[in-house]
Amino acid sequence: MLEFIYKNQRHFHHKDSQKPHHSHSGGGGSIGGKNTDTREIKIVRKVLDVNDTIAEQNRKMFEENGVFVINVMSSPGSGKTAILVKTLSHIAQKIRCAVIVGDICTSNDADRLAGFGAPVVQVNTDAFGGDCHLAAHVIKTAVDNFNLDEIDLLIIENLGNLVCPAEFDMGENLRIVVLSVTEGEDKPLKYPLMFRVCDAALLNKIDLLPYLDYDREAAVQNILKVNPQMPVFEISAKTEDGFDSWVEWLMQKLHG
Amino acid sequence: MHEMGIAMQIIEIAVASIPADLKNAQVKKVNLKVGKLSAVVPESLHFCFQIAAQDTPLCDAELNIEEIPLKIRCTDCNVEWTAHEPVFICRQCNGGSVKMLSGRELDITSIEVVDEHN
Repeated sequence: MLEFIYKNQRHFHHKDSQKPHHSHSGGGGSIGGKNTDTREIKIVRKVLDVNDTIAEQNRKMFEENGVFVINVMSSPGSGKTAILVKTLSHIAQKIRCAVIVGDICTSNDADRLAGFGAPVVQVNTDAFGGDCHLAAHVIKTAVDNFNLDEIDLLIIENLGNLVCPAEFDMGENLRIVVLSVTEGEDKPLKYPLMFRVCDAALLNKIDLLPYLDYDREAAVQNILKVNPQMPVFEISAKTEDGFDSWVEWLMQKLHG
Repeated sequence: MHEMGIAMQIIEIAVASIPADLKNAQVKKVNLKVGKLSAVVPESLHFCFQIAAQDTPLCDAELNIEEIPLKIRCTDCNVEWTAHEPVFICRQCNGGSVKMLSGRELDITSIEVVDEHN
């Protein structure tokens, strides 16, 4: 439910603006001379059933083809693309990678990621109504552009958004959330679902710490409150600090 | 942010669940369970649902949302609690090995249908 919390409140209106609820006819009734029957039909279905079903099909397809899939999520501007560019520079010689990158508009990120020989597909969601996340059916379609036999690691760069992508399974093996030190330390508590559903967190832009009043310990603690067993890698995509541990962890998961 | 897509999915599932033998069936109510940790704002969902339901058998339907609390169990000491903040550290043993028992739901449980007949 929406909750409104007021600080330094100056005036207070009390108004009952609740709309009356629709009346509910409990059994038989009559509308305009005609008889009506009300009945309850049990359904018990997940609203995102369709997405989850396609995600499971994707998962099976990836498994059959020996493709390991990671889904990288964060708010806009936290450095997802820069991290992936540097990650590719570490692993693209050894591991056959492919990338699907989602944005509402432009192919700028695909251009940045294309320099390592790995096939890159840009998904622009404006064709899907400007969606704020990638979904399983989009991945299923995008994968048609690849020969899965030639891929060991598929990296999905989701749209910059800490809310919606957390709800949409795409058939990935691992979910990675990026938080940068130019964002608030309390982001994990504000967007708990995202930090709860992910398997690792990257705290990016640590090269900027000397210039910021950022409590890095508090940020890590907040991540661990939401997900106490999550590995947190403190990295800089600019200086590549921390990349050895992050890449080593990723390779362990890939080969495990 | 994605409530419109969710509203459309709800309508699709509800329409597909109307029994074929009902003529002129109108859905009066959709009962929904939404977990506290799900990334859905009920107010936005109500708003989107009203718009998406136009010209469907759900145009007069009420969306009845039951909010499901975030319940957690510690897998080390087995204590269970309802969390009012998104903190997944055991309140008894301080451990981090916990299981979410509820709070992620986004489920349609039933629809209430009115059928008009002579």
